[in-house]
Amino acid sequence: MKMLYFAWIRARIGMAEEVVAPPAEVRKVSDLLDWLERRGDNFATALKERRVVKVAVNQEYVDFDHPLAAGDEVALFPPVTGGH
Amino acid sequence: MPAAATAPALTIRVQEADFDVGAELAALSAGNTGIGGIASFVGLVRDVAPHGRGQSSMTLEHYPGMTEKQLTAIAEEAMRRWPLETCLVIHRYGRLLPGDRIVLVGTASAHRAAALESCAFLIDWLKTRAPFWKIEDDGNAQRWVEARDSDDAAAARWAKAPGSTESR
Repeated sequence: MKMLYFAWIRARIGMAEEVVAPPAEVRKVSDLLDWLERRGDNFATALKERRVVKVAVNQEYVDFDHPLAAGDEVALFPPVTGGH
Repeated sequence: MPAAATAPALTIRVQEADFDVGAELAALSAGNTGIGGIASFVGLVRDVAPHGRGQSSMTLEHYPGMTEKQLTAIAEEAMRRWPLETCLVIHRYGRLLPGDRIVLVGTASAHRAAALESCAFLIDWLKTRAPFWKIEDDGNAQRWVEARDSDDAAAARWAKAPGSTESR
């Protein structure tokens, strides 16, 4: 599973992307966030405020209960601030 | 002189370089005399530095691939809701200075209402859906720009199709 991190979530985690192999019990987005948080303080700090963590799977916005598959591209980022 | 090439219905560009507003808007109606009007919105970088406290700047980060996909989906939605002939969105990324252009939205239609309404719709929706993030530097410190509730409210007013008879 390919992970992408953006904006202050990227800055707090300390990397822009990585390939992860979560255990089989990680079936949906919320499971993945729980698993990532346990990997270290950087992840826990970046993801603790779930309300402002937005998720895209294969470049489409999804909810926390969206199911995950091994080959997914999962992006985590704060609310977007484009435009002017 | 050869006839001007007809603009494609939908043009989406995500780029670091600046754009020429006049040339882009002219291209939007090239070869299509069914177009009666073009509405446009140009977003600029505002100066956030306190007076006399040095140069402020802004850096835009985005999610290559998803950005284009989302902008295309938003533009397609506009073309479903309004009778548009052509539609253009250009959004820049990278480091920008006060006064620099960030975004251009252009919509062309036979009539002004469709062009004006869809242009407002596009800029409201892209603000809350296109994966861009801004970090401001006021000359002293860097600060991630936070999403505003007013942006969500602006996007939400388009929840119902304004052109549909059901919503009127």
